[in-house]
Formats: sequence, structure tokens, C-alpha cells
Amino acid sequence: MRTFLILALAIFAGCTDSKHTLIIQNKGSDTLVNLAQAWAEEYKKIHPDVAIAVSGGGSGTGLAALINGTVDIANSSRAMKDEEKAEALKNNGKQIKEFIVGMDALAVFIHPKNPLEGLSLEEVACIYGEGGKCTHWSDIRGTVVPGCQGNKIIRVSRQSNSGTYQYFREAILGKKRDLKLGSMDLNGSRESIDLVEKTPCAIGYSGMGYLSKHVKAVCISKNTDGECISPKLETAMNKTYPISRELYMYTSGDPSAEVKAYMEWTQSEVARKITINSGYVPAPKG
Amino acid sequence: MDQQLTKSNSLPLEWRYKKSSKPLSEKVLEFIIKASGISSIVLIIAILFFILKESAPFLISRFDFKEFFMSPEWYPASVVKVRYGVLALLVGTLMVTFLSMLIAVPLGLACAFYISEFCHPKLRETYKILIEFLAAIPSVVWGFIAIMMINPLIIHTFDVPIGLNILNASVILALMSLPLIVSVGEDALRAVPETYREAAEAMGATKWEVATRVLLPAAKNGLMAAALLGVGRALGETMAVLMATGHSIQIPETIFDPGRTLTATIAAELGESPKGGEHYQSLFAIGLVLFVLSFIVNLTADYLIRGRRK
Repeated sequence: MRTFLILALAIFAGCTDSKHTLIIQNKGSDTLVNLAQAWAEEYKKIHPDVAIAVSGGGSGTGLAALINGTVDIANSSRAMKDEEKAEALKNNGKQIKEFIVGMDALAVFIHPKNPLEGLSLEEVACIYGEGGKCTHWSDIRGTVVPGCQGNKIIRVSRQSNSGTYQYFREAILGKKRDLKLGSMDLNGSRESIDLVEKTPCAIGYSGMGYLSKHVKAVCISKNTDGECISPKLETAMNKTYPISRELYMYTSGDPSAEVKAYMEWTQSEVARKITINSGYVPAPKG
Repeated sequence: MDQQLTKSNSLPLEWRYKKSSKPLSEKVLEFIIKASGISSIVLIIAILFFILKESAPFLISRFDFKEFFMSPEWYPASVVKVRYGVLALLVGTLMVTFLSMLIAVPLGLACAFYISEFCHPKLRETYKILIEFLAAIPSVVWGFIAIMMINPLIIHTFDVPIGLNILNASVILALMSLPLIVSVGEDALRAVPETYREAAEAMGATKWEVATRVLLPAAKNGLMAAALLGVGRALGETMAVLMATGHSIQIPETIFDPGRTLTATIAAELGESPKGGEHYQSLFAIGLVLFVLSFIVNLTADYLIRGRRK
């Protein structure tokens, strides 16, 4: 009975305690949701009194919630439009503050035996895009891949619900074109790399953070004559690498002290390490 | 009722006493057994109702029989034109199931015969445990084996561009359904009375003759049930098949082409499709197709077994 009482007291104390915990609402981009979650978990270890509730739903959902004032931080994989900022100002009477929290850079990789070193965006579109005519490696500047039966291109892709898939499609084909059906639609970046590593005919893509030395990441040029840029931390950060984009977090103009502290923390070394481990590139410093 | 009474009156006294001494516990037990029997029927109907309910809006407003069953293009996430054709997925499922059973049924039944009839009794238990251990390997691990081991093996052996294909998935599925086929088959063989074997041996039959001429016909129904359970396992497997087939939307022309199955499509897409949306409902329509498919398999099995009993 006594232990029960103590237990009950402890639970009760726990309840009252949790009322003092500040909850920061964080919502938006599905691309960012895993990173935001990882950050929130780490932050909880340092500041047990602040809980960050992370949810996905897409960049648009997050920004809309910020405009309506129902979230503290909105995650977005696209820049907020001027009219959205104006609407937020009208609704809440406050300016919106923008933070670039990381970069999403996709590497295109092939089997190490494949002699190709670089591809242009058009060539990638020809391989992956619906209606694209590149079905064999010989269609790419007459390449012959040793160990690849029939010189056939095996396209490794991702399932259509993955953020990586969606950004890849947008970066390569724009908003109005589909990826070709018949690719190998795997359910993880790790698996894409494993498969390309074991398959001489294959080509795949993933977030840069997942690259391993068992596959060859090709350099990408904007057009056939353009400079071919390798996917590296520096090239992604200075935006010369063509398949990269900023990832944003937005808060209201004068956030509460806790939100401000959290946003500052996301630029710390610990947070940057988590960014790299989640498969993204940390934001340029400063 | 009267008949029963007279019957029970003719029983020895102790039996009658025993029977009347636990009517309540027996009634409770009877009720529990009855309830569990009925509950499985209720569950099946509830599942069917649920699938129908979730897929109904799609079936009513968007469903186009010709597109759904004749088009190989499944593209619910398209930004240009959304397409719902399950032909490629249906062909993928049927090919993988058929080929895996072609491998697993002869292998599994042979293994059951070996364990039950030919191997040394001391080794029997060890073999059984080892084979049942196959069943304990998680699906995802099988998928990983498919990508990392069987994929390069197929590429090198058959000199084909990709090793994640119908053949790979069939091998994986065969290995996964093997323990089920072996243990059910072995039980069926064990259930054949020892007197059958003794009678055959007394007439001078060799071990091989006992197995093929006596045990095979006697255990036929049980062995068939073993094979069909394997089919059910193969038809319903999701994760390993998702990884081993290559999860690629195309009608496989040979067993060396990648493909995609109905189950893998549901597993891959259901989690992320917005609830109540058209894509979500279309996945339930696929579920309905699977339901009908497994219903047909069970019905055929039932018919075959009954037909043979007559």
C-alpha cells in the first residue's frame, strides 16, 4: 500500500511536471521530417523541459499552418513565396523569419565497372524520363559497360511516396513530366546503393549522405557542354552542384525564447552531425 | 433425442455416471469451440466488408474494368495522367507464385518423405528443427539475401543484366514456404497407420514401393493440403517479394525480368497514401482482387480434396 502511494504520488508529480514542459509545434515537409525528428530527440536530451512535436504532411501544409498561426516552426523544402509571407503578415501582424537548415543534394551513381564519369541533366532525363529513348548504355555516347549483359540500363528508383523520388523527378524532369515506369522501385536509399553495387548494368540515385565507396557517383553537368560538377559537401553548399536545394525552417518574426534557442541550436556542430547522418548536407555556415 | 437416451441407457453404468457428472463444463467447452468456429466466419465476412467499404468509392466513381485489368500501367502518383492498371501486378503475382511452387512443392514433399520414412530416427528431430528454423528468419532478411547474394549469383550464372527478378523471388519464396510444406507433409505421412507399412513390408515391398504405392495414396489429402498452404504463403508474402522481384512495373516476359506483385504494391504504397483518397481506395481494390484470388485457390483445393474422397 505504501509503495502504491509513493507510485501514485510519483505519477501525479510527473503529471504536474509535464504541464511545465513547453511544447514547440513543428510541422511540414516530408523530406525534412526525419531530420527534424532526429533533431528533436537530441534536443530533448539537452533540454528535457522543451518538447518538440514534429509532424509531416508536406511543405505546403506546414507553411499554411504557420500562416494560420497554429505551429511555431514550419519545415519546407521550397522557399516561402512572397504572397505567403504577405498573408502571414496580414494574419499575425508579424514578419516571417527564414532559416536555411540544410541542403538536400542527390547523387547519381553507377557500378564501379561502368566507364562513365559524368552525365548531363538531359542524359539523366533521357534515361529516367517517360518517353526518354535511352534504354541501353550505348545510347549514352556509345558507352560499353563491361560485365553488363546486353548493355541494358537497369534503372534503380525509389517508391513514389519517398521525398527523394519526388525531388529527383522535379530536378530532372520539372513538374510536368513523369519518371518512366519499369524501374526497380526500392524502399530505401541503402538498398538502392546495395543493388547498384552488385549490378554492373545499374544506375541509381540517393541523398548524398548515403553514398559509399562501393558505387561510383558521377559528376553532373547542366547541359552537354557545361562543367561537370561532382557531388561533394562543398559543391552542394555553394549550390554549383545541379541537383541540390535548400531545406528551410520558418518561424514567426519574433519567436519565443525557446524557439529561438532551438533554431540557434540547429546550427550547432552536434546538429550538423545529425544532418550528415540523416543523409543531408548541413547548411552553409554564417 | 429419444434415440440418444436409449443409447446412453445401454452404456455401462460408469460411463453414464461420468457423462452426467460434467454437463456444465462440457456445455461451456462446447460453447467456446462453437464460438471460435463462428468467429472465423464472422472475421472473414468482416474483412470482406471492410475491404469493400474502403474501396467502394473507387469502384463506383473511378473504376474502369478495361483499364483496371487490361492496362499494365500502375501509376497513381503520376503528375501527368493517373493510371490504375493491375495487369502487370497480377501477372507478376501469378508468375512468382507458380514458379515458387514448382520449386517448393516437389522439394518440400521429397523432404517430408525423407524425414518421415527414410532418414535415421535419431536424425529426424534434428532435421525437423533445422528446417523449421528456416521459418524463423524474418522476411526482410530474406529480402536482403535476395539483393546481396542471389542477385549477383543469377547475374553471373545466367549472364543476365539484373538478378532481382521473378526467378530470384521464386527461389526466396520457395525457401520461405518450404518449412510449412515439409512439416505439414511430414505430419500427414506420420498420420498413416503403422499397420499399412507393416502390411506392405510383409508382402515384400521395398521402402521405395511402400513410399510411392502405399503412403503417397494414403496421405494424398494431407500432402495436397501441405502444397496448398505453401501456395497461400507464397501468394500472401510481401516484404521479401518486394525486395526480390525488383518491384518494377512491367509485364515480365521471361523469368529473368523484374516484376511486381499485388501484395508488395499495397505494402509499399498504403502507408503514405492519404487516407480516403483515390489512391488509398484503389489499393483496397487490389486487396479485393487478392481476396478473390485466394478464395479461388481455397475453393479449388476444397473441390480437389472432396472430389478425391468420393
